Amino acid sequence: MKKFKKVLALSLACAMALSFTACGDKEESTTEAQKDTEATTAAGGDDTTAEDTEATTEGGNVAAGDEGKVLNVYVWNEEFKERVEEFYAGYEKTDATHGKIGDVTVNWVITPNENNAYQDNLDAALLAQADAAVDDKIDIFLVEADYALKYVDTDYTMPVKDLGITDADLSEQYQYTKDVMTDSNGVLKGVSWQGCPAGLVYNREIAKDVWGTDDPAEVQEHVKDWDSFYAAGEEMKAKGYLLTSTVNDTYRVYSNNVSSKWVTDDMKLNIDPNIEKWAKDAKAMVDNGYTNVADLWSDTWKAGFFPEGKCFSYFGPMWMIDFSMSADEEGSVGYNGGWGLATGPQGFFWGGTWVCAATGTDNPTLVADIMKQLTTNADVMTDISKKKSDFVNNKTAMATIAADTSFGSKPLGGQNPYGMLAEGADKIDLSTISAYDQGCNEEFQKAMTDYFNGNIGYDEAIDTFKTAVSEKYPALIIE
Amino acid sequence: MKNKNAHVTGYNRWGYIFLIPFMVTFIVFQLIPLCSTIYNSFFEHFMNGLTEIGPNYVGIANYKAMFKGGDIWKYFGNTMIMWLMGFVPQILMSLLLASWFSNPSLRLKGKTFFQTVIYLPNLIMASAFAMLFFALFSDVGPVNSLLQNLGILKGTYQFLAHTSSARWLVALMNFIMWFGNTTILLLAGMLGIDTSLYEAAEVDGATSNQVFFKITLPILRPILIYVMITSLIGGLQMFDVPQILTNGTGQPTRTTMTLIMYLNKHLFSKNYGMGGALSVFLFVVTGILSFIIFKFNSKDD
Repeated sequence: MKKFKKVLALSLACAMALSFTACGDKEESTTEAQKDTEATTAAGGDDTTAEDTEATTEGGNVAAGDEGKVLNVYVWNEEFKERVEEFYAGYEKTDATHGKIGDVTVNWVITPNENNAYQDNLDAALLAQADAAVDDKIDIFLVEADYALKYVDTDYTMPVKDLGITDADLSEQYQYTKDVMTDSNGVLKGVSWQGCPAGLVYNREIAKDVWGTDDPAEVQEHVKDWDSFYAAGEEMKAKGYLLTSTVNDTYRVYSNNVSSKWVTDDMKLNIDPNIEKWAKDAKAMVDNGYTNVADLWSDTWKAGFFPEGKCFSYFGPMWMIDFSMSADEEGSVGYNGGWGLATGPQGFFWGGTWVCAATGTDNPTLVADIMKQLTTNADVMTDISKKKSDFVNNKTAMATIAADTSFGSKPLGGQNPYGMLAEGADKIDLSTISAYDQGCNEEFQKAMTDYFNGNIGYDEAIDTFKTAVSEKYPALIIE
Repeated sequence: MKNKNAHVTGYNRWGYIFLIPFMVTFIVFQLIPLCSTIYNSFFEHFMNGLTEIGPNYVGIANYKAMFKGGDIWKYFGNTMIMWLMGFVPQILMSLLLASWFSNPSLRLKGKTFFQTVIYLPNLIMASAFAMLFFALFSDVGPVNSLLQNLGILKGTYQFLAHTSSARWLVALMNFIMWFGNTTILLLAGMLGIDTSLYEAAEVDGATSNQVFFKITLPILRPILIYVMITSLIGGLQMFDVPQILTNGTGQPTRTTMTLIMYLNKHLFSKNYGMGGALSVFLFVVTGILSFIIFKFNSKDD
């Protein structure tokens, strides 16, 4: 028995020692990996600054044979894939997640957005990028505005300029789509083929019933600023209608119009006055009975897509009207062309997908060409806009479509919204985004739910919000 | 004599050899992670976006941060309250059902059928079950419209916006999922009791209540302890049901947030330090509570 005890003690000691060494190893390997990435990016940076123009011209002449044979694209849905398949010349589809461009195989890595799965997967792959085999390296990945800076402000994304895309190429793009992808040193790191300016989507029947008109210009007069909008709520309530479907509908309009960032430069959490204003205004909306307390995308939110929902308005961009508001379901408001689009109280945007090139890509020429074709080629973009009803990121193309009187959106009852949206897109200012926006926006709305329901006061809700943020982002200083 | 002794010891050695697979698995998958968790809890180590912060040795700073503000006790309280709300009805119901099923004089028909049926909810994934309840009890869900049509409710009742109803929903789900399992465990224990004891009690003129409290329960004690400790550990690790039901928020105002849900919150930033500290806390609490139950139930022996 004594012997056994000795053996046991020894094995325990070994186990401890092992676990310590295991930790030690991991630290070393990660720091090495970091050094590697630093080294490669440093080298890449030097090259491009030294022989800037040369490099780009050379890049254009490099035969595809000199570059990698596999193009890995990280995405969270089919949107970008469909657009490449349909609009990128020379793309051949081989199966659901593979294709060919010349002799390069395109490999689509699709991870859904739910529960942060896409970002978790992408993070793991990016952190391993330096050590990955050439054919396994990420070449292109997509990001959304809410978390774009998390990637843009690192060396894991390549400056667009290094790919040979010039400012002149990008001159037709809306400024806000470039603001989102500009890192803290002012370097552009990604591009998008679409813009997502949004407006107030209103139910024409209800507008007629309350104000006797469904004309976008006249409806706009009733919702031109927040005071008018909330005054309209009283009129809606008198006739038994909801002003908005849920209390969170107005959130993005406020959060896009903030004057300061969620996180200041010295890493402090900061709640913008406009966000606080939203909480107060939204609480008043709930207390006055203009709306429901529920999450976006919930069943309660969706109820207003049908006439029985008796809901006057939603805030959203074109993709929401086309794809998310049950427009193809018989009996829905959209199916009967019953929506109208007005500018609403303030301009804002919602959604959008940006294309980034991953540092270390072995297919820079191909990556650059895909970016150029899909996001700067006016012909291709006009085509995308017509076939996919995207609001494309090209001022000329949008102006042409806006002037086209024969074009009308079916769910909007034949209204051509592009002129109004293009005007909105010009005004969007996104100089106030931070890398922590996604978490802060989500947690703020979640925390306020209890306040709207009357369970707690505003200060308690703010405390809950701060706790949630501190859990998500331990690096932030929260007072 | 000496020779024989050596033979026995040599033979016993096989026991240790047969233990090796368990010990190896235990060391690799339990002991090492346990030690490294404790080790990690003394470091500041997390991801800020794509940047790794740490690991920096910070002593007991993680523990200090965890106990600061007292949120941890709130989540511990939530967990225990929701566990008790589900466990008390569960053990009573299970005792009742098990004593009915094991009583031959009742001549119950379709016993096996009902034993299977009450176990069925446990076969459904907890997450699927929570999704079902989420849909049933949503603001525009069938329960709300049913109650309104019956005239019981005037307006919509937001089940998940009120602490008591949200907690009861969690408790109800845990109850439905686990009472079948507990019944079968208790039933196995009851069927193992020597029937001659019951016969003797009957001859002596004991009432069925006396039989239950004086014979069944005391003999059942080891099984009861087992059921209570496993349920307690399961209860402390309660996660999937409230997580899915409240979409990870522990709403309203974090009153349905359990310790493991709180642990899960640290996963977002891969916060090894805080996660480790919380796990160690959970380990200690589980140990203490299990010990109390064990002592409490076996002191008469």
